[in-house]
Amino acid sequence: MITDNKNTTTPKGSELVENVVIRFVGDSGDGMQLTGTQFSDTSAMFGNDIATFPNYPSEIRAPQGSLYGVSGFQVHIGSLEITTPGDSVDLLVAMNPAGLKTNLSALKPGQMLIVDTDSFTKKNLEKAHYESNPLEDGSLDNYTVVEVSMTSHTKEALKDLGLDNKSILRSKNMFALGMVYFIFDRSMDHTIEFFEKKFKSKPAIVEANTKVLKAGYFYAETMEIISTTYQVAPAKMEKGMYRMLNGNTATAWGLLAAQQNSGLELFLGSYPITPATDILHELSKHRYFGIKTFQAEDEIAGITSSIGAAFAGDLAITTTSGPGLALKGEAIGLAMMIELPLVIVNVQRGGPSTGLPTKTEQSDLLQAVYGRNGESPIIVIAASTPGDSFDYAYEACKLALEHMTPVILLTDGYIANGSAPWKIKKAAEMPPISNHLVKEGTEHIPYVRDEKTLARNWAIPGTPGLEHRVGGLEKDKTSGDVSYIPENHEYQTNIRAEKVKRVQNFIPEIQPEFQEEGDLLVIGWGGTYGSLNAAVNLMNQSDYKVGHLHFNYINPLPKNTVDVLKKFKKIIVCELNKGQMLKILRFNFSDFDFTQYNKVQGLPFTTFELTEKFKQLI
Amino acid sequence: MENTAVKYTFKDFQSDQEVRWCPGCDDYVILRAIQKALPETGRKKEDVVFISGIGCSSRFPYYMDTYGMHSIHGRAAAIATGTKLANPDLSVWVTSGDGDSMAIGGNHFIHVLRRNVDLNYILFNNEIYGLTKGQFSPTSLLGQKTKTSPYGNTQPPFNPGELAIGSSARFFARLGGNVPKEMTQVFIEAEKFRGTSLVEILQNCVIFNDGCFTKYTDRAVKDDMQIHLDHGKPMIFGKEKNKGLVLNGLKLEVVTIGENGITEADLLVHDAKEPDSTLHMMLVKLDYPLATGVIRSVEEPTFGERERELVERVTSKSQYKSVDDLFCAGETYEVK
Repeated sequence: MITDNKNTTTPKGSELVENVVIRFVGDSGDGMQLTGTQFSDTSAMFGNDIATFPNYPSEIRAPQGSLYGVSGFQVHIGSLEITTPGDSVDLLVAMNPAGLKTNLSALKPGQMLIVDTDSFTKKNLEKAHYESNPLEDGSLDNYTVVEVSMTSHTKEALKDLGLDNKSILRSKNMFALGMVYFIFDRSMDHTIEFFEKKFKSKPAIVEANTKVLKAGYFYAETMEIISTTYQVAPAKMEKGMYRMLNGNTATAWGLLAAQQNSGLELFLGSYPITPATDILHELSKHRYFGIKTFQAEDEIAGITSSIGAAFAGDLAITTTSGPGLALKGEAIGLAMMIELPLVIVNVQRGGPSTGLPTKTEQSDLLQAVYGRNGESPIIVIAASTPGDSFDYAYEACKLALEHMTPVILLTDGYIANGSAPWKIKKAAEMPPISNHLVKEGTEHIPYVRDEKTLARNWAIPGTPGLEHRVGGLEKDKTSGDVSYIPENHEYQTNIRAEKVKRVQNFIPEIQPEFQEEGDLLVIGWGGTYGSLNAAVNLMNQSDYKVGHLHFNYINPLPKNTVDVLKKFKKIIVCELNKGQMLKILRFNFSDFDFTQYNKVQGLPFTTFELTEKFKQLI
Repeated sequence: MENTAVKYTFKDFQSDQEVRWCPGCDDYVILRAIQKALPETGRKKEDVVFISGIGCSSRFPYYMDTYGMHSIHGRAAAIATGTKLANPDLSVWVTSGDGDSMAIGGNHFIHVLRRNVDLNYILFNNEIYGLTKGQFSPTSLLGQKTKTSPYGNTQPPFNPGELAIGSSARFFARLGGNVPKEMTQVFIEAEKFRGTSLVEILQNCVIFNDGCFTKYTDRAVKDDMQIHLDHGKPMIFGKEKNKGLVLNGLKLEVVTIGENGITEADLLVHDAKEPDSTLHMMLVKLDYPLATGVIRSVEEPTFGERERELVERVTSKSQYKSVDDLFCAGETYEVK
């Protein structure tokens, strides 16, 4: 939390701050995700810039009170530009001892901790492996502890509504939210409207939640337990219409925009897998746009049904996460071999094997670039923020259609589930998308290629006179008939590689941020953009000459990459894996000395650990 | 699109590729039967798509002058599902073998049947892996000696019809690999059927499993060993047309007309359109006589029809005309 000294016109007893990090923690059934989302949305509408970080277990309802069942939602709001959900926390709301135990280390000393004292029972303390009650043993002396018997207050507020105990307990998260709204001087209107919409047919639930929310707010206001309240002014953001958007929804919407602009029908063949399933959920809601969502029997049918749809002329998509990408490998090779447009969205999670399904990682990069049998180059791009997932999902479709090739779009659990204000785009603002469809009467030779892109024509079933066969066997370079001729295989292998390489002529050059030359170049790709950018920003504020180079195009790499590398004395490649982009860069630019910085904890980088590392290096 | 003005002959469906199956393979018979069936279906050539996986049978699309895809092992049914959903006007055919369908592609095989995707699925069953040179397949017999079971196969086989009907197949037909005229008729019927039409061909592999169906398909014994089922007709078989099937308790029993007071009127009458699959299941499991012909043909809405009904229903209620309406709907706010 940074106090803003420039502005002193705060209401009495209220402090103006530039940014603040709040974390809500509780049982996986306590509604922490909803609480956090409501606070984020309300703050977004107030005009703050925001980044969120939901962090939850893979169990749907882990045993109550257990350490591994803790679900958390961190939100960073500010009157300045916010690119990360924040390293450490200014306000921690803990609904139970397990939440406190697993999250206290993130709370800055001296900052506020709100706890539901009713949940600090002997049983819950034992489940959280506390030997003594932290509320009594002095271990919280370094924090401003606000003890509230939230459960009792919630019961009291709802005693006349005749609700069952379960429903009553379920709304205690709204007591906490009400308190936090008071502390940050936020209106409750947005959340009350949300209840009215969400529980339209259950007025009793609307009334209960509204009552508890208000009870929390008024409790904080009336009881003199909150010494200071805070003001976070609206951020200076580009004018326009905004909404909060997470990366998965942004990806789905980017695909929708691509469908509209391409004039094709969208087909999504997919199989549920965390954390990618929300894209399938989102597109399944919008069938009225003529899109086809097909929940297949497995990952392989997800992609192969998409290949079948691409063969018939649809804009074909499949969505998955790491283990699913592994299963799709052979089919991606087929799509590459028969040169059909196909978008594979891979929302990366912690690996290997089942790994950490709900946590983030960037460890599928080499799988995406190389993970197929034979020489099978395809385009690989990555989104870097929740919002730009829209742009790169769109771009993936454009590249697939214009270059007649599969494209892998990499996102990750962090940006897929994280939300940020998104300046609403219109489909018409996006670049046009062309394709290689051929009409009846065209002379069609299956493997004759476009001179510039080397893309082949797309003759789809239903077009008279263009009947032809494609397949996974090697093809004659023009007719497309099966060919085992040695020279032809080598020619075809080379031309498929050249086709992908030529994409360099159609993608933007890469530019470093903050510095065009200097002492250190920080390289990242994909979802680490926010963390790296915040850290490099801090370095420059401390007068270090550090540039940030962030890759969205990975195969092929932007043409001018080498020119950027040359201008810095040292280069560090930061990734949430053990150095996969590093391998690609070392292979492509062997003249440079790359240092690596890696983290595989299922968590994003913190600004602190990055800046410490950068300072060591300079 | 049906009712084309163009009148095709089988030659119109022959591609310029040299057919490369082993001499004497039943695949040639199937290929010609399909090429003869297609002109009778009224489908335009450009609307016909053949999709295959891997195996001898999967070379099929190369020999058809239609749209085609020779894909990867076991996945033809899933690919064909995508093709048909993308363009419901197409006549989509899958050609696949016993390994391709019931081993590596088993999952897609059962699910395409469950969903009732409107496509035609020709299952070339030769009870062996041919293209990889003679390993046992999921339909090879117990005890069968193959390259991977030199001391006899210990894996009991699937009965494709049983598996198919167990997976909710609405159309199942079975034929020997040496009856081209019947094949053509069944393929025409399969094409006209709305839903997944599964046709199992007992296809002799002359190299690795020669004669595996001879006891049923050899011309000398065929009429005695097979019962050819026709919808609405009594279940009669035998060279003398004097044998038939009756239900004895929960089992089918072979009886002889004229013996023990049995007359033709006592025989079961084949009802391929009966939604209850119990009797169809008993028929496909018979060892003697082997049931052939169209055993089950029960129309119900196809996957595509259900999908289109859904889209029409939600589209008529949608408040969004363009994706931009969606992007601007709900909780938005203005930064001034």
